[in-house]
Amino acid sequence: MQSPAIQVKGLQKSYQSHHVLQGVDFEVEKGSIFALLGSNGAGKTTIVKILTTLLKHDGGTAAVNGFDVAAKPDDVRRSISLTGQFAAVDEILTGRENLILMARLRHLTNPRPVADDLLNRFGLADAADRRVSTYSGGMRRRLDIAMSLVGKPPLIFLDEPTTGLDPEARLEVWKTVKALAQHGTTVFLTTQYLEEAEQLADRIAILHAGRIIANGTLAELKKMFPPATVEYVEKQPTLEEIFLAIIGKKEAR
Amino acid sequence: METVQNHFFSDMGVMLGRSMRHISRSMDTIITVCITPIAMMLLFVYVLGGAIQTGAGNYVNYLLPGILLIAIASGISYTAYRLFMDMQRGIFERFHSMPIARSAALWGHVLTSLVSNAISVSVIILVALLMGFRSPAGILAWLAVAGILALFTLALTWVAAIAGLSAKTVDGAGAFSYPLIFLPFISSAFVPTKSMPAGVRAFAENQPVTAIVEAIRALLSGQPVGHDLWIALAWCAGIALVAYFFAMRVYTKRA
Repeated sequence: MQSPAIQVKGLQKSYQSHHVLQGVDFEVEKGSIFALLGSNGAGKTTIVKILTTLLKHDGGTAAVNGFDVAAKPDDVRRSISLTGQFAAVDEILTGRENLILMARLRHLTNPRPVADDLLNRFGLADAADRRVSTYSGGMRRRLDIAMSLVGKPPLIFLDEPTTGLDPEARLEVWKTVKALAQHGTTVFLTTQYLEEAEQLADRIAILHAGRIIANGTLAELKKMFPPATVEYVEKQPTLEEIFLAIIGKKEAR
Repeated sequence: METVQNHFFSDMGVMLGRSMRHISRSMDTIITVCITPIAMMLLFVYVLGGAIQTGAGNYVNYLLPGILLIAIASGISYTAYRLFMDMQRGIFERFHSMPIARSAALWGHVLTSLVSNAISVSVIILVALLMGFRSPAGILAWLAVAGILALFTLALTWVAAIAGLSAKTVDGAGAFSYPLIFLPFISSAFVPTKSMPAGVRAFAENQPVTAIVEAIRALLSGQPVGHDLWIALAWCAGIALVAYFFAMRVYTKRA
């Protein structure tokens, strides 16, 4: 059996008297897409920050790619990449310069071809030499994720990658994430959209009141809940479907 | 850990390159920093200067050191602004989750502050030359002036770092520099302290700006500097150290 990409046991974190995480356990298999689902303020970002060495935990253990996050933060940082909740891109630099910046900071020997390759892969080649401040929300997010891929980290964290994006841009991001997993990258993603977890994840964990209250594949989770009853309801198109139909970009699935 | 430390200087270089690019793409920040001090210089020399008795022949010569300090005090508010934006946009988080020396991002901003303030100070000195500023100072004296100004910039930059890192809003990040810009007015920067009432005079003569202004003025006019130089250096080094300590504390806590 392969060792897991992430192993979390009894993880605890409090802010003053507020116990955000009260013993969180889960594992993420290598090469899979794992979605952590929870409402706003459930502590999803806290978990991401602990796993990416930005925050210290109070109790329990967390290991990323076999490295303990508290004891070996530098080894962890070398093997991961974080795409935070807000697109952490440099607005004044161009898309290409952003990628080259990342490549330099990862101490790669030839930053330029690395940047060119990612620009092509993420459909940003035409906008490569424009300042990021002129990019749309979707382009920004794509660049953000591309920046996380510089240096080919085996595990990437996406903290609410589609929050604040329009439906079209959300589909773009979903496509990108699926492609990532096909390249063998492990993806840990947090979301508050059920549909997003359903679309992308191999496994879904639900974080509620400081604990993981459910964890499994979509099929397993469905089994845990009351069996489906058959009702006849007229299927009205959702506004999203209407919107996408009008702009002629029907979900490409 | 070792390899991360070994890359500290190259990482810092990359960070410096990044924020220098920011400055070169927003030259308006340099212009804004220069324009108020230059306007003040024009106002004081051509409008008010005639009525001010400094004892020195040329009022531009008398005024320039204080004007340079005002320029630096307003220049560092952009450092606070840039730091604040990096915190807000999550770029620091991205850097900190990467295998790079943690303080490289912060030092990149500090070096950028030194370089950009050096540019605005040079621009203002050029304008002063056009307005009749002349100095008999030799190369060593000029180097000493550059050193004092650099240390002053460094001290205020660390103060700016505290503001930029702990501010809740953009306005808050920049607002701290207003009192700093005001300090030169209650010093010997514009008029000799002799003309001030006792209480104000006591403050003016014992606050850092007066010592720094006097030291630079003496160096530029070829006079002996005396103990003002050491008081000036002690103030700058002291402020730099204390502010550095607090800025690093905020940095480890918040970023």
